[in-house]
Parts: sequence; structure tokens; C-alpha cells
Amino acid sequence: MINFFKKKNKNKTDKDKLKTDAVTEQVTSDADADAAASKPASQPAHDAGVMNQEIPIDAVDPKQTTPAAEPAEVEIVVPPELLAQGVEPHQYQLSQQLSKTNDNFGKKMKQMLSLKKQIDEDLFEELETTLLMADVGATATMEVIEKVRKSLKRRNLSDSDAVFDALKAQLTELAQVVEQPLIIDESKQPFVILVVGVNGVGKTTTIAKLARKYKSMGKKVMLAAGDTFRAAAVEQLKTWGEREDIPVMAQKTGADSASVIFDAMTSAKAHNMDVLIADTAGRLHTQANLMQELEKISRVIQKNDDTAPHETLIVIDGGTGQNAISQVREFNKANALSGVVITKLDGTPKGGVLFNLAAEFGIPVRFIGVGEKSTDLKSYKAAEFVDAIID
Amino acid sequence: MFDNLTDRLSKSIQKIRGQANLSEDNIKEALREVRVALLEADVALPVVKSFIEDVRERALGTEVLTSLKPAQVLVKVVQEELVKVLGEETSGINFNAQPPVVILMAGLQGAGKTTTTGKLAKFLKERENKKVMVVSADVYRPAAIEQLQTVAEQVGVEWFPSSVIDDPVTIGMTALQAAKKGYFDVLIVDTAGRLAVDEAMMKEIKSLQNSINPTETLFVVDAMTGQDAANTAKAFSDALDLTGVVLTKVDGDARGGAALSVKNITGKPIKFQGVGEKMEALEPFHPDRIASSILGMGDVLSLVEEVERKVDKKEAEKLAKKVATGNKFTLEDFQSQLLQMQNMGGMSSMLDKLPGMSNLPDMVKDQVNDKSTGRMLAVISSMTLKEKRYPQLIKGSRKRRIANGSGTTIQDVSKLLKQYNQMQKMMRKFKGKGMMKMMQKLGGKLPGGMPF
Repeated sequence: MINFFKKKNKNKTDKDKLKTDAVTEQVTSDADADAAASKPASQPAHDAGVMNQEIPIDAVDPKQTTPAAEPAEVEIVVPPELLAQGVEPHQYQLSQQLSKTNDNFGKKMKQMLSLKKQIDEDLFEELETTLLMADVGATATMEVIEKVRKSLKRRNLSDSDAVFDALKAQLTELAQVVEQPLIIDESKQPFVILVVGVNGVGKTTTIAKLARKYKSMGKKVMLAAGDTFRAAAVEQLKTWGEREDIPVMAQKTGADSASVIFDAMTSAKAHNMDVLIADTAGRLHTQANLMQELEKISRVIQKNDDTAPHETLIVIDGGTGQNAISQVREFNKANALSGVVITKLDGTPKGGVLFNLAAEFGIPVRFIGVGEKSTDLKSYKAAEFVDAIID
Repeated sequence: MFDNLTDRLSKSIQKIRGQANLSEDNIKEALREVRVALLEADVALPVVKSFIEDVRERALGTEVLTSLKPAQVLVKVVQEELVKVLGEETSGINFNAQPPVVILMAGLQGAGKTTTTGKLAKFLKERENKKVMVVSADVYRPAAIEQLQTVAEQVGVEWFPSSVIDDPVTIGMTALQAAKKGYFDVLIVDTAGRLAVDEAMMKEIKSLQNSINPTETLFVVDAMTGQDAANTAKAFSDALDLTGVVLTKVDGDARGGAALSVKNITGKPIKFQGVGEKMEALEPFHPDRIASSILGMGDVLSLVEEVERKVDKKEAEKLAKKVATGNKFTLEDFQSQLLQMQNMGGMSSMLDKLPGMSNLPDMVKDQVNDKSTGRMLAVISSMTLKEKRYPQLIKGSRKRRIANGSGTTIQDVSKLLKQYNQMQKMMRKFKGKGMMKMMQKLGGKLPGGMPF
């Protein structure tokens, strides 16, 4: 899948180079047109921010894509009816999904770098801006730029390719810290996975994907419908359970979440289940009483198995900005988190907040969600993630 | 590690405060701070840039040079620009159409469309006195239709049944027919969450919009969204004829930069904001208030309104009478005060809305702990009626019993009694002087230069 991705990217880069080589002003007028089309308060054309304005246009206009990208584009327009039926995914999905990130981020960065043959303060400022635009976050951005500077100074390099390589190395280093796959400890029966997060990040969908994944690995999986608050959340999980033929332990909406999960553990033990995945209601991390309820869930299930939960996953919406940091901090206070899942990376969001989370908390990133189907969950790979972003 | 936008802006403004004059240089630094702060607040970069440019132009103009207090002027310029970007006035739902007025909800997955549909239905039913019908055109997400059904039952509005085997356009048309026949004032059409880059899904909602011809098409956006808010808003506003925006999950601690981005990109008013999990947690969006709170000037107007809405007037009057006549302030009164406070979302949520509070050290904020309110209520609830009225009765063994009954310690009970005594003393002071004098004292502590 990476091959395909690189091919596509190369074409794009070639195109860019052509553009750049021909006339620099070409790019300028493009950017101008885009800026004029997108919003009245336009910026000078060399401005990286305006370049990024191209994102949605690039992504939706088929005319702008190269022939090599065609299959990917076709994949995007899978009819909704098929999506709903859970059509099988394609190998190149991740790269295809993440290439949207790449389209605007990597391409723009390369373009920018090839325009500037010399390293100067402006270049670093533009790099900084580009990273900020990708939701990388101020702290991580400053750190990365500083390290890039140092490594260039140390090795006495001065061309823009070296900047690109150094940047990639720095990002990979950051991203690799949190690349630790989730390993199911088979001595735990069941291995309890507690899934938490704010409202609307995709917890229930992620659970369905996880359940399918472990089931296909030959594990006996059970789900606990611990979201007893939101209307029809129990039904949503049950529907997934029916589709994937996985037992769902549920009580009615309004029941006590902790007791639902406790009972599910008892049942999972009795039925020799390998994995029990427990859903919880979405809650804003600022609501003290709801966070206490989460603490209670841990306390209660520890009465059933004092090593549980064996994994506490926080689900983060890939489109979230710097608030993701606050989310992880508060949830981590209530229940020690052992893993992160970043969802909705099939859209235009760049997921750059991952670098910031890695720098600040170092909690392993286990999976990334790249679509609505139950197969659209990938193990997180730092190299792939960074490649897809900047290569 | 991260300051919120309010803190950042207060700091950057303070940097100028110490200096006699505004120069190109010191304003540059302050604006750089504002820029970083806005970026950290997740305002999209293009929006940040145009914002900073406007502020710079205005700040370097004569208004600043002729002013005696440059800092004040800059604060004012920044605030006015913020208000300008956010939209200058509140606008509700447009009812200038032949009923049923159709409202179409659109947005990404998980933005809160279904919850907002329920909240909006309740809002229109109760505050605008409208006969509301809701229908779900989300045939993709499992149990989405059931979710809307449950929500509709909760808020007591008509739910029009739809089925996952139907096409969203058909669902919309059928519901519209039914709404006409049933003489409904409003039909709210909930839709599936969709990515802006998903062409098929965007085409679907376009044709839904064309066929039901909604008076309002509301774009629902999560206040926690990052830089992508700009991309998404642009794509949705290009594809659909948007008439407004609903900002959700505003009750979190997100800095809400998405509001600025979306407003700026779509040019459409932010009509409502979602402020909680409950169905009544939908408010009209107040741009001036948000801009003020961004600048650390507090959201006093919202606070006043909230207090008015939530305080039990009878209870308050009873208490006021007691204070005025100098009658005894008992533990029962104390209890009802604590309950009122809890109804308003607790002390910390009230503090957030007050001006200057962002400068309080976190330690102080932590002391105003809503947990202790709950504990105090528990202690009082474990007392007998007699004890509440004659607290001086409470000695050793009663304390032990109360502590056991409320699941607290004897120290907690003693602490509560001490606080009660202090309250009582304060109440006696009120009797003569009244609230005004007290407020004047407080007024001196408010940050200077704020236009109140």
C-alpha cells in the first residue's frame, strides 16, 4: 500500500516541480485564485496559510488529481448503501485516507522547500506555521523546529532537502515513542478493555471494530453496553453485535454503568471469553461528577478482578484541536489510561495532535480509525503515520 | 502547560501595559502573542492572519496614538475585532416562511446533530410555542433513528417514523407531507454525519436540501474542533446553502477557536450553542459575550441570566426577607442556598463567568471545590429538623451520628458548623448596610479599565 502511495505522491511532486520550475509566479497566481475563491480577507500569495486554503478544493475536485490517484478517488465515492452493508476494504485504504493529509501538508511543505533554496528565518517560521496548521500544537511544534535547527547546525547542512529530512526524523522520533501495539494478555480471562472519551468521538464504532478484529483473530469476544446514558446507545452496540455475531451484555438505558460492566465480567468468565470490551457514555472531561462515575466503574470492576481493567483506551476524534491534551489529562486523572485510539482520520483532519500527546503524555497510541466500516481500524505505525503526512 | 486564550491575551496585553507609548515594535510583539494564543485556541490560521492584520491596522491608527491609555485601546480593538468576526448580533430561527418551517441539520460525525435536533425541538416548542415534528434521515449509523425517537419522546415532540431501507430524500419528502397535513409549525430533519470529502454523501445531502427546500440549514460543529474546522466549514458551505451554525460542546474547556473559524469562513451567524448533556442545554449564541470572555472580561450577562432562570424566586425572596428583618438564618436556609448554587452548575462554573477570574492562581480555584458543596449538603441532610433549627445542640455524640449518617468525618461536620457560623455573622452585617455596599467593595477589585 505504501508503494501505491509513493507512486501517487511522486506524480504529485513531479507536477509540483514542473510548476515550480516553469514559473514561480504560476504558483502565486494559483494561490491567489484560491484565496479569492475561499475568503475575502486574502493574504500574500507566498503565505503558507493561503496555500493550505487549497485543501478542500484539492480534495473534492477530481480534475485536479493525477491519473495514478484515480483508484483512490473511486474508493472515496463508494455509494453509501454499500458503506452501510460493510463492503470489504482495500489494501491501500490507510495511505489513501491519510494521503488527504499528505496532499495538503507534505505537498505544500515540499513545494515550499523547493521554492526556498536557502535556509533562513522565514523558512523556519513557515515550517512552524505549517506544523501548527496540522494541529501539531505549539509545544510540540517549537520543540520539533528547535531540534531541526540543532541537528542542521551540528551537521553543518544548509540545503532545503536536509531540512526536510531532519524534520521527518524529528517527527518520526516523536511518533515512535508511542508506537506500542496492544497485546492481549492471555492469562487474563477475560482481558477487560474499558473504552472512554468525550461525546461523539466514535467510541461505540471503535468498539465494534475492535471486537471484529479480535474475533477474526480467533478470540472469544463479548461486549458490555456501558453507555447507559445516551439515547439508543445500547441499541447501537446491540446492532453492531448482531452484525458481527458477537454477544452483547446490556441492561436498559438509565441502568448503572458500573454494574452493567461488572455483570458482563461475571458472564464473560462463565462463558470463558477471552476479551471483554466495555463501552462507556461519552462525557466531557470538565464534568467532575461524570469523571467520578468513571472512577467508580474502575473501582467496581476491580471487585470482580483486581487487575481489571487490563486496558483503558481513550478515543480521540482526529479533528480535535489542542483540547485533546486537556481530554487526555483529565481522563488520565480519573482512570489511568494505557492506550489511545485516534478516529476519523479518513477525513481532512491531519491528526497532528498525536505528536503533542506523545510529547506530553507518552501514552501508547494503539489504533487509528480510518472509516465507518467495522474493518476500518488499523494498528498505529509511527513510520507509516509520518510517511503519510510528510513524504 | 497551556494557558487558555483568556490567560494568553491578558499576558500579551499586560506586556504593553507597562509602557508609555505604543510603537510598531511593542505592538508587533503583543500581536505575535495574540497570534500564538489564537492558534493554540484552535482558530484556523487564515482566520488568525486576517484577524491580526485588521487589529494591527486599527491599532496603529490615530485612535491609539491620541489615546492616553494605549493598553485599554488595544484591548478594545482586539475585543471589537473578535465581536466583528463572531458576528455582531444574535439571530434566532427564521420563521418567515409558510409553515412548516423546515430545518435541515448537517455536519460531521459526532458533532452532535441528533442531540441538537432534540434540544432545538424542545427550545422551539417551549420558548417559541411551536408545534414541532422531527425526522431522522440517518439510515447509516446503527440505531440513529431510535436515538432520535427516544430524544423526541424525552422532549415531547412528534417523531416521524423512518426506516433504514428508505432513501434519505424519500424520508424527507414523506415527512414534509406529513408535517403539512398535521399542521406542524416546524419540521427538523436530522441527517447522517458525513465527511466533507465524501462526494457521494455530500451529493445526497444536496439533493435532500433541493427536495425539501429548508428555510434553515444549520451546520453543527463541535467547539473542540481544530484547524480542520475551516476546511470542513468551507466544504459544507460550498455544497449546501447554509443559513446558520450551531456550536456544540461549549461546556467543555475547549478554547473555542472553531467558532471564530467557522463564522469567518461561512459568513453565517452562529445561532445556538450547546452547553450540556441535558435537553434544555441549548442557548442562543451571544458573540459579544464570548468575545468578552475570551478577553478575560467575564461573561457577566450570561451569569445574570442564568441566575435569574435557575434561582427559585420564592426561596430567594424568603431568604431576602429573613435577612432584611434580621430573622435567624438557620441551617435549613443554608441548605437551600447550597442547593441553589448546585443548580447553577456549582461555584466553579460561576467563577468562570466572572471577570478577572482567569488571573486567579489555580490553587485558589481548586479551593472553590464543588465536591465540598456536595459534602456539606450530605452533612446537613443527616441532621434532624431540630438540629437544623438549633445548631447549637450539636455536640460530640450528635456530631458522630451525623458524620456516620452522611459518610463524612466529625471534622467535616465541625467545619460545616464553623462555615455556618461565619455565614450567620455575615448575614447580620447585611441587615443594616445592604448588598450595595458589599458590591462596591468588590467592585474595587475588578480589573481596571474594563468597561462595566
